[in-house]
Amino acid sequence: MTTHISFYEDSGGRKGIFRWIGSTDHKRIGLLYFYSIAFFFLVAATLGVLMRLELISPGKTIMDAQRYNSFFTLHGVIMIFLFIIPGIPAVFGNFSLPLLLGAKDVAFPRLNLFSWYLYLTGAILALLTLVVGNGPPDTGWTFYAPYSVKTGTNVTMAVLAAFVLGFSSILTGLNFLTTIHRMRAPGMTWFKMPLFAWALYATSWIQVLATPVVGITLLMIVAERALGIGLFDPSLGGDPVLYQHLFWIYSHPAVYIMVLPGMGVISEILPVFSRRRIYGYKAIAFSSLAIAFIGYFVWGHHMFTSGMSEIARLIFSLLTFLVAVPSGIKVFNWLATIYKGSIDLKPPMLFSLGFIFLFVIGGLTGLVLGALATDVHVHDTYFVVAHFHFVMFGGTGFAFMAALHYWFPKIYGRMYNIKRATVSFWVIISGFMLLYFPMFILGMMGMPRRYYDYLPEYQPLHVVSTVGSWILITGLIMMIVNLVNGARRGEKAGRNPWNGLTLDWQTDTPPTTENFEEIPHVTEGPYEYKE
Amino acid sequence: MSVHRDDAASKMGMWIFLFTELLLFGGLFLVYSIYRFMNAEAFAHAGSELDVFIGTVNTIVLITSSLTVALSISAIQKNKKKLALGLLWMTIVFALVFLVNKYFEWSHKIEHGLFPGMEHYMSLPPGEKLFFYLYYFMTGLHGLHVVVGSILLLFVIARIRQGRITHDNFVFHENGGLYWHLVDLIWIYLFPLFYLIH
Amino acid sequence: MMNHEKNHIVPFSLHLWVWVGLLVLTLLTVSSVLVDLKNFVVFAALLIATLKASIVAIYFMHLKFDKKILSMMLGLVMLVFIAFIVLTFVDYSFR
Repeated sequence: MTTHISFYEDSGGRKGIFRWIGSTDHKRIGLLYFYSIAFFFLVAATLGVLMRLELISPGKTIMDAQRYNSFFTLHGVIMIFLFIIPGIPAVFGNFSLPLLLGAKDVAFPRLNLFSWYLYLTGAILALLTLVVGNGPPDTGWTFYAPYSVKTGTNVTMAVLAAFVLGFSSILTGLNFLTTIHRMRAPGMTWFKMPLFAWALYATSWIQVLATPVVGITLLMIVAERALGIGLFDPSLGGDPVLYQHLFWIYSHPAVYIMVLPGMGVISEILPVFSRRRIYGYKAIAFSSLAIAFIGYFVWGHHMFTSGMSEIARLIFSLLTFLVAVPSGIKVFNWLATIYKGSIDLKPPMLFSLGFIFLFVIGGLTGLVLGALATDVHVHDTYFVVAHFHFVMFGGTGFAFMAALHYWFPKIYGRMYNIKRATVSFWVIISGFMLLYFPMFILGMMGMPRRYYDYLPEYQPLHVVSTVGSWILITGLIMMIVNLVNGARRGEKAGRNPWNGLTLDWQTDTPPTTENFEEIPHVTEGPYEYKE
Repeated sequence: MSVHRDDAASKMGMWIFLFTELLLFGGLFLVYSIYRFMNAEAFAHAGSELDVFIGTVNTIVLITSSLTVALSISAIQKNKKKLALGLLWMTIVFALVFLVNKYFEWSHKIEHGLFPGMEHYMSLPPGEKLFFYLYYFMTGLHGLHVVVGSILLLFVIARIRQGRITHDNFVFHENGGLYWHLVDLIWIYLFPLFYLIH
Repeated sequence: MMNHEKNHIVPFSLHLWVWVGLLVLTLLTVSSVLVDLKNFVVFAALLIATLKASIVAIYFMHLKFDKKILSMMLGLVMLVFIAFIVLTFVDYSFR
């Protein structure tokens, strides 16, 4: 018996709030993640806006130095562990991966719900650090020893939050790996799989292999704070640089956890809005794997000034340049896809083009950081801050917004106002450029990162940057209002408003609980647009 | 609507989980290897405090427990329920023997103040402190996994008795066994690195 | 439908032989401390341990009889882990 009730209307026999928090339906779980992640993004964004307010002039503006230190720590911890790392996989991976593969759900639906509970637990622990004990951590999100061991602030709780969140990430990766291996629709060979699935596959391997290392490292910090053995204390026989090795063995691959799914989203959107087959499908698929693999071995480039041996610095720098190659391959393939295509500048496409532009800037400046000679001058300056905001926000952030505007009609069954979305995009990207581009210059001028105070010569650019933050936040609010209105009152959307060819657009809008009336049998690739 | 069972997916999921455990311990092995490299003599000296005999006995105990759990899976596949259950109970007994040995090892040292934070420990030279810290951390974390693995095997026993694990539906049993073998594997590396270091 | 794969049963005797092999290797590794291997002590210990671990994985953990993808995955994981150790040593060995 086939029913066409949407997954929203199918309560699965549960009542009240349990229709949501007790559901193992990947679509509901994706939305649970979406709303929690969006909430934490706004918390961290607010911290960012307040930080920029403080920095509009030298000296104390609206807060004291201790508070500023805890603000940038929490801004980083929340953005990284609660927004960007789970972000696209937990929201859009959960919602769309089974649809794209022609599956009814992920491999382990109950584990999926449990991942979300872990996310929520970690998130609550992170928020608790704000209010309990000796106040929120002030170490920076990197928790470097020895300060993280010595400081009286709530490092232990923050670090345990990160540990729990890491577990959530691991289980999501485990689930997706098994889903992709075992649950593709009949006929969907690996090379007929949508590229978003390839991206999630590569990402999941990183989640599974790298996260445990930071997990154990954070436990060592907890043990250090409790016992004071000297694991990272040179006076007691330890080495603080070893902490950095352990930390970055995870945290570098983590940035590929952040960006690979975003790249996957772009690979999905460009063909649809250029009406062209993706250029170099296999190159894009393999480059995702290459980025994931090589990305395990470049972590030392965060430590060039820490005292590592010269040969270590040389090898890590070489590997860093190597990992840039597959990213470059993707960019060329994307451009080749849209070249002479029939471009439709709908919001998903705008955000995707924005991604390419901003990610290229971020990526190229990463090479400046990866080269030993130049890194010495810009390490721990605003140059680094600009670089990572360009790749993480301009990259993954924009990809998240692209994915949101792309899958919105499928998720909500309604369409948002296209004009308003377009205007929001332009306001967002303008604000973004004003906020972050000056930071490259500030960094080259010598402005250190994480500094609460600065010399007067840096002020003009700080002012520009702060004004940029206001424009950016305005654009984000415009976007959110537009989307919320669209979800509530937008025009009803059909099955396939963008005329995509992937399986997600061949389902009901919104999909039924089981996604497909009949599991489809796949005969061709996902981007066979007729020229 | 019936859901088709996919045993290969369950097994794959379990293996991937084991990979995360390998990397978790891996971080500690990394710390061990670097600090041993930097403090070779201190590590060798501290290592001589450990009792090779108990360590060897424990190694044999765990290896044999891996045997019994592997045999139990062949047994259930041959529909020999009683044998399978007996072998699983033996595995759990071996686990308890291991833990009891550990308890005696640790308490003997702790009685002599040789635990992080205690007097004798704090008077040790730095390299030796690091050795014992890693000893307690790594064997402790391992011991925790022995406990978890035993509980998992108790669940396997329960499900066999309930008829939820049978000769043609035993992936849960296999997965429990896999976790147990992981516990054995980690000890296979811990043993020579801590006990046979002089 | 998805469970038609050969339901391979490992004979009891194979498991017992593996166990014997493991015991032999254990005794070998314990007695290796009696030989003065100097710098090769660690290498020898790790070699024997890896041999033991391999036969546990191949036979007890059934990898020999399972789908190849599992062995491939394990190989990848070990490669990544070993690379972590090697790269970290590149720092410490040359300081």
